[in-house]
Amino acid sequence: MEIFFDREALALAWPAVRSGIAVTLQLALASIAAGVALGFALAVARALGGRWLRFATPAIVAYADAFRAIPPLVLLVVIYFAAPFAGLELSGFLASFAALVLVLGASAEEIFWAGITAVDRGQWEAALSTGLSRRTTLFRVILPQAVLLTVPPLTNRAIATGKNTALASVVAVPEVLNQATSIQAQTASPAPLLLAAGVYVALFLPLVRIGRWLETRAPTGGPAPAEGPP
Amino acid sequence: MSELFETFLNPAVMGESAGLLLRGLVVTVELSLLVVPAGLALGACVAVAQALAPPWLERVVSLGVDLVRAFPPLVLLVLVVHGLPFAGIELPALVGVAVALTLNTASYYGEILRAGIAGVSAGQWEAARSSGLGTTSILRFVILPQGVRKVLPDLVGNTLEAVKLTALASVVALPDLLRMARIAQGVHFNPSPLILAAALYLALLWPLARFVRRLGASKAAPDFARSRR
Repeated sequence: MEIFFDREALALAWPAVRSGIAVTLQLALASIAAGVALGFALAVARALGGRWLRFATPAIVAYADAFRAIPPLVLLVVIYFAAPFAGLELSGFLASFAALVLVLGASAEEIFWAGITAVDRGQWEAALSTGLSRRTTLFRVILPQAVLLTVPPLTNRAIATGKNTALASVVAVPEVLNQATSIQAQTASPAPLLLAAGVYVALFLPLVRIGRWLETRAPTGGPAPAEGPP
Repeated sequence: MSELFETFLNPAVMGESAGLLLRGLVVTVELSLLVVPAGLALGACVAVAQALAPPWLERVVSLGVDLVRAFPPLVLLVLVVHGLPFAGIELPALVGVAVALTLNTASYYGEILRAGIAGVSAGQWEAARSSGLGTTSILRFVILPQGVRKVLPDLVGNTLEAVKLTALASVVALPDLLRMARIAQGVHFNPSPLILAAALYLALLWPLARFVRRLGASKAAPDFARSRR
C-alpha cells in the first residue's frame, strides 16, 4: 500500500503535476472554444445553402464523417510527425490543438445540424412567408430554438475533448499525464500516476455528473427518462 | 507537386511497409474483437444490475460508472498497464490494454443500455410478470429486445468509439496499426506509412461512421431543407 502513496514521490510529483494542470486546462479550453466555433460555422454554412454554399455541403458531410471515423490519436500523430516533412514545424501543443479542434469540429457540426433539422419545418415556412430572409430566419428564428437542443450532446463532446487532452502527452506536451509519467520514471513509484488519476477525477467527475444531469433533462435527447420496472 | 507526392505518398516506402502495417491491422482488429464483445457484456451486466437494484444501489453503481468515465481512456490505460505491476499484478500487454479499454467502453455501453431499458414502458414489465414470467425471462425476452432496438444507433456509435480507442494501445508499445506505422516511419524516415495507416483506419471505420449517420438519420425529424428549394 505504501508504495502507492509514497510521500517522497508525491512531493516530487506535485509541482510538476500542478503545472501540468494549467497546460491541460489551456489546451482543453482553447480546443473546445475553437472546435465548437468550427462546428457551428460549418452547420450554419450547410443550413444557409444558397448558390455557393450548396456545393460545400458534400464536403462538410465528408469532413464530418472522416473526422468522426479517424481515431484522435492517429490524427495527432499524423499532424505532429508528418507536418514537418511539408516544412511545417508544429509544437506538440499546436499539433494537439489542431487535432482536437478538427475532431470536435466534426461532431459539433453534426450536433448543430441535428439541432437545426429538429426545429419544426413550419417554423421555416412561417418565418420565410413573413418576408424574412433565409439568413435572418436561421439566426433569429431557428437557431435560438435549435441551440437549446444541442447543449447536452455538446457538453458531452466538450468533456470528451477535455479528456482527450491526455493524448497530448504522446507528443511531449507537459500536461498532467505527461508530467506524471516522467516523474514516475524518475522515482520508480506509481504514486505520481495515482496523483494524476486523482487530478483527472477531480477535474472531470463533476463535469460527467453535470453531463448526465443535462441529458436526463433534455427535451428530446435520447429515450424518455425513467419508466423502470415496477 | 511531385515532390509532395514523393514525400507523403511514396509508393516504394508504402510497398515496403505494407506488410508491417497489415500485421498491425490484424492486432487492431483482434483487440477490437476482444474489447467490443467484452465491453458490451460488462455494460449489459451494469445496465441490468441498475434496472433491478434498489434506488440507493442504483445511485452507487451510477457513481461508479461516472468515475470510470471521468478518466481519460489513456490515463486508465497507463494506470492499468504501468500501475498494476507495482501491486504485484503482471498482465501481458494485450490483456492490460484489453482490460482498460473494456472498462472504459463498458461504462458507455452500460449507460446506453440503461437508458434503453428505462425507455421500455412499465406496462411491459407488468404484462410480462402477470403472464407468469420470471425476472430473467422478462429481461431476456421482453425488455432487452425492445430496449436494445430503441438505442441501436447509440450502441453502434459507441462501437465506432471503441474501435477508435484501440489506437491508444500503441502508446504502451502494443504492435497495433498505429505503432507499426510509427516504426515504419522511423525506419524509412518518411511519413508515407503514417498516411497509409490513416487511410487504413478510414477504410475500416468510415463505413461504420456512415452507418451511424444512416441509423441516426432515420429517427431524425423530417428534413426541412427539402421545403426550401
